[in-house]
Amino acid sequence: MQVPILKQGGYLIASIQSVLSDSDLVQLRDNLGERVGSYRSRGVIIDVTVLDVIDSFATRTLRAIAHMLKLRGAETVIVGIQPDVAFAMVQLGLTLEGVGTALDLEEGLAYLDEKTKRAPVNGN
Amino acid sequence: MRQSVNVRTHRPAVLQLKLNHPIRPMKRKPEFKIQNITHPSTPLADYNDPLLRELVAHLRQNRTQLREEWARRITDAQLLTAMTKEEIFSEATSVYDNYVEVLETGSVEALQAYARNLSERIIPRGVETHEVVGIVLLLRDVLARSLFKKYQGDFDLLNRVLDAYEPAANRIANTVAVSFVQERERVIRQQQEAIRELSTPVLQVRERLLILPMIGVIDAHRARQLTEQLLRGIRANRAKVVVVDITGVPTIDQTVANHLVKTVEASRLMGASVIITGLSAEIAQTIVTIGVDLSKMNAVGDLQGGIEEAERLLGYKVISTAEPVGSTAAKEQGA
Amino acid sequence: MATENQTEIRSAVDIVTARQRGRALALELGFNGADVTLIAAAISEVARNIVDHAKSGEIVMGSVATTQNGGRTGIQIIARDQGPGIRDVAQAMQYGYSTRKGLGVGLPGAKWLMDEFDIASEAGRGTTITMKKWKR
Ligand SMILES: Nc1ncnc2c1ncn2[C@@H]1O[C@H](COP(=O)(O)OP(=O)(O)OP(=O)(O)O)[C@@H](O)[C@H]1O
Ligand SMILES: [Mg+2]
Repeated sequence: MQVPILKQGGYLIASIQSVLSDSDLVQLRDNLGERVGSYRSRGVIIDVTVLDVIDSFATRTLRAIAHMLKLRGAETVIVGIQPDVAFAMVQLGLTLEGVGTALDLEEGLAYLDEKTKRAPVNGN
Repeated sequence: MRQSVNVRTHRPAVLQLKLNHPIRPMKRKPEFKIQNITHPSTPLADYNDPLLRELVAHLRQNRTQLREEWARRITDAQLLTAMTKEEIFSEATSVYDNYVEVLETGSVEALQAYARNLSERIIPRGVETHEVVGIVLLLRDVLARSLFKKYQGDFDLLNRVLDAYEPAANRIANTVAVSFVQERERVIRQQQEAIRELSTPVLQVRERLLILPMIGVIDAHRARQLTEQLLRGIRANRAKVVVVDITGVPTIDQTVANHLVKTVEASRLMGASVIITGLSAEIAQTIVTIGVDLSKMNAVGDLQGGIEEAERLLGYKVISTAEPVGSTAAKEQGA
Repeated sequence: MATENQTEIRSAVDIVTARQRGRALALELGFNGADVTLIAAAISEVARNIVDHAKSGEIVMGSVATTQNGGRTGIQIIARDQGPGIRDVAQAMQYGYSTRKGLGVGLPGAKWLMDEFDIASEAGRGTTITMKKWKR
């Protein structure tokens, strides 16, 4: 199942709709890379609210996506990790180091606004 | 050497435990020994047994007198002191009737339900396990005495009546005791749960800010419970910053220290930052010795300082900023 | 009594099936929400290892009971494959150890998530992981 990617201003929003298989995640990575390039997006939100488990593979892929997008000039924030899912992740020893996280879409947008407004100012 | 194998242990652990509990000594010794108490589900004597039927008839006929005798013995033995005489008598009546019914039908279900219900009512009033076991054994005793009296002329018949009566009586005693103990354990578990929840509420001090004051000795089970509670609280309150105050925690061990770190990480996965306050020198030392990376934790001296730091993170700024507020807020809508 | 079920693991899609079944079974057995997720995550890890390292295998799950500690019930998950096996199990169980560019989290992680974890593996013959979680 494909993950729809929405363009909202300078950002892209990828809302995961159902349980993901690995190939979906890989496809998401490729699609996001492509869109960030063509839209010159400065930020990407990946909404994982519906994911019932985030295992080592999903974590690895999410991290890889974030790092890849960073190289292309976009900040990534993962939103919507559920309490039980977060607990299972840390029990597994998984973290999303170097990747932004926020409670939900609204917070994710605020996070990106905060993150991306500084970048151009730093130039002087 | 021959090894003896104990094959009599197939009864619920719970019962075994409680029956080993000293039962308050009764005034007089019962006329017969307490033998192996039968498991409630063990098939019993045949209830078409004419002897049992005779027994039931006897108990029905002498209901009033035997009931009173029993209630009196309960008071004499100073059991159920939390209850009034009237209450004791009314409960005794119900138990008596249920008792006779079990003897008659062989089914303990009604008695079991009644015993549960009774336990539910008397546990909050502080009635103890030994009292409940005591009153049932007293009833057994009262009834056995009346059987003695009735059949004392025919020793052989008496023996047969007692043989029919005893397993049934044991089963009844067992049913009541087990029901009570189970109910009591349930209540205790519930209370412990409630106390635990109470002792560590997740407090919302202001929008987006939660405080988790940890108090007392934290074991692994409790630590996990706290984490779950906190993570749910973050979602429910849309918290962005959490202050975990451990001023009230005397010591922590490796498991709990690791748990603390996991709590910090899990909160971050949900988009909330954690500030730890009240870290005593000893606990800090423990954490360092254990090898937990303190740099991952945002530790601030005391709760007050923690809340100030939280407010700073939330953007309630009291500090003067070099940049005038609003200058960078305008979005660049280049495209 | 709860149903025992078996899931063939041949591709990544089967991982999702296995963990959904695990979730459903755990709920049926009366595990709470947090535990259900821990169980699903452990299943996900061992199932993925089958796909990644052994190509195919199966996952069998069912209820389990013990008389120890006053009698407990729980869930048992067996992940079996006839893949290449693991030469050095102790090494594979180390956090961060991976023979491909993985995080090396799967095996030790699954062990942390569950209450009991047993792994038997023989080079060239395959791997069997048996794990259990008891209800609290
Ligand atoms: N079923 C299996 N058959 C053969 N080898 C296995 C199997 N499961 C695990 N291994 C070996 O054990 C190593 C460690 O497994 P583990 O799941 O911990 O890490 P990983 O799969 O490499 O990475 P991750 O799970 O973090 O994505 C693997 O790299 C692999 O060599
Ligand atoms: Mg793995």
